[in-house]
Amino acid sequence: MVIKTEPFVLNIGPAHPSTHGVFRMRTTLDGEVVVDLQPVFGYLHRGIEKLAEERTYTQNIPFTDRLDYLASMSNNLAYVMAVEKLASIPVPERAEYLRVIMAELQRLASHLIAVGSFLNDCGAFMTPILYMIREREKILDLFEMVSGQRLTYNYMRIGGVSQDIPQEFLPALHKFVEEMPGFIDEYDQLLAENEILLARSKGVGILPREQAINISASGPVLRASGVKWDIRKADPYSVYDRLEFEIPTGSVGDCYDRYRVRVEEMRQSVRIIKQATEQLPSGEVRSPVPQRLHPPVGEVYGHIEAPKGELGFYLVSDNSIAPYRFHTRAPSLMNLTALRDMIVGWKLADLIIIFGSIDICMGEVDR
Amino acid sequence: MNSFAPLPPDWPGGYWLHWGVFVIIILAFVLLTVMIFLWYERRGLGRIQARLGPNRAGPLGLFQSVADAVKILTKEDIVPAKGDKIVFWLAPAVAFVPVLLVFAVIPFQDGAMLADLNVGILYVVAVSSISVIGIFMAGWGSNNKYSLIGAMRTVAQVVSYEIPLGLAIIGVVLISGSLSLTEIVAAQNIPFILFQPLGFLIFLMASLAEINRAPFDVMEADSEIVAGFHTEYSGMKYGMFYLAEYAEALVVSAIIATLFLGGWRGGVLPPVLWFLIKVFGVFFLIFWIRSTVPRVRIDQIMGFAWKFLLPLALINMFITGIEVVLLPDGLPWPIIFLNIAIAVILVVVWSRFFKLGGGRVEA
Repeated sequence: MVIKTEPFVLNIGPAHPSTHGVFRMRTTLDGEVVVDLQPVFGYLHRGIEKLAEERTYTQNIPFTDRLDYLASMSNNLAYVMAVEKLASIPVPERAEYLRVIMAELQRLASHLIAVGSFLNDCGAFMTPILYMIREREKILDLFEMVSGQRLTYNYMRIGGVSQDIPQEFLPALHKFVEEMPGFIDEYDQLLAENEILLARSKGVGILPREQAINISASGPVLRASGVKWDIRKADPYSVYDRLEFEIPTGSVGDCYDRYRVRVEEMRQSVRIIKQATEQLPSGEVRSPVPQRLHPPVGEVYGHIEAPKGELGFYLVSDNSIAPYRFHTRAPSLMNLTALRDMIVGWKLADLIIIFGSIDICMGEVDR
Repeated sequence: MNSFAPLPPDWPGGYWLHWGVFVIIILAFVLLTVMIFLWYERRGLGRIQARLGPNRAGPLGLFQSVADAVKILTKEDIVPAKGDKIVFWLAPAVAFVPVLLVFAVIPFQDGAMLADLNVGILYVVAVSSISVIGIFMAGWGSNNKYSLIGAMRTVAQVVSYEIPLGLAIIGVVLISGSLSLTEIVAAQNIPFILFQPLGFLIFLMASLAEINRAPFDVMEADSEIVAGFHTEYSGMKYGMFYLAEYAEALVVSAIIATLFLGGWRGGVLPPVLWFLIKVFGVFFLIFWIRSTVPRVRIDQIMGFAWKFLLPLALINMFITGIEVVLLPDGLPWPIIFLNIAIAVILVVVWSRFFKLGGGRVEA
């Protein structure tokens, strides 16, 4: 007897425990196997790019906090660097170092959430993500010291940072940097060789090197596919050229490689923070910037290596106080492009972890 | 070694009195223990996950389950408009009742049980597999795709794992020479976990899959299919499934304690207390596993049952049979060491051949 079967459509999201926000996947399933997938986004669209055209350059900084809300510092940095490039504003050296420290702390915080929620998607019931959140809390405490905020920091300013670090910051940072490598090793040891995790993520959701380049993927997703591309090395900004660190890459481009690359990057970030605190000079943290900033007519593209990939801001100035055009190159959106090719043919359970391994933030995808 | 006298078979006197008292005892035991289990698991998971767990309702949060029960009873009871209403209504009962029935043959202490069936363990295996029908009814009656996927997964998984589960029990039955749970306990001068290390591991794995606990909790994998078969359930009907899930965990803990850990035997302490200590110990192991390992994919779960557990269970059965025939009253200690060595070698060698793989389906 032959039982007649037919594929059916399953809507995953926009409200689903593991869509990391309000993302919707219209999947066609043949039993457990995904035969087609159609990503639908826009549920979190707030019109930030349009709003930004009506506000001054300084007023736009808080908007960038709300793009990738798990990496506000990096967003701040990318935006203020683009404006500084547009208006040719110098930045004091101390501010540059502070920015690097904050950006790397932010990378740690973002990767902790990425790795934790990836493992949660794999079905490790809450334990890894709670430990990751425990470490992330320490970073948030540090951010609270310097900016007064725990999520949307609004710390960077055009021409520097909003204020110098308080006295208790450096000892606390030092303690954190000393402890963190031990924690990373411990968590890595607990799960990296786990038979079930290997079976679930090795060889799953492969993004080939050529395709990764073709879709303009960036960040850990690109590096896991074996491309040694990191804006911090490829187009050094701030003071990254004075700091020593390595770019971890994967070889296959599967979910496991993406997980490994993130863990390795966390180790490198700790290394960068350590060097930056040692080299931290004294002095001003903000250069004088006119209250009503009129950048000369022109356009600029400033980009940094954000935790999720290449975060770029494209600004067009018409010599008024507001940008004529404000565009964000969001790494999450670019990395999502390969979703269908990575997922089709895998099972429903793999869909979730492949999606989780890309590490997206809907605030950035929909803007 | 046990100074506590066994209870007479018709304690506390008379057929109907015995029957009535034990029904009340079992109902009270299951409901109370499930409530304590809920608290125990949540507090335990809290400790494992570097947080506190429930600690507001009552001392140490002990009344959290009571608060949850009150909340769940006052919730609106929603029935999907396009669902199969009768099946939807019946499903929670069909899932929960067999779990209660199993307790009829579990000895709380010597003689303290509702019915000392001479085919006790067979009865346990037979009755406990009815639950899966309730789960499938829930998945079907909800008219929800997530529920249906969860239910289909459960049926495939539970039916597959019945086989290694049954074969692992045969090892115990061969040694004790009886299917009655009382006699299995009576035969355990040395707990059977030492005679049957491999059987214990297979039984533990298979029963984790039977009761759908992590890492085999694909039927309600919250990160994939929301809540699986009970996505559409609310109110007390949801509560029944929740109850059934923990009652199943209680059954499995009790059976493992009875078959492999010597049941109520232990000495010094009252037998009932020994039984409870062992049950709580096994349950700790279950939620410890839950909090530690990621979930296995459905095809890997099936592969694990058929390619790993089933052959090992068969080998275990043959080895136990040979030992029982050749050494009917042989020295226990050499056999214990031999069996532990066999278990270690088999697991290591077999895991070399077996990989939890499974891959992409080409279109």
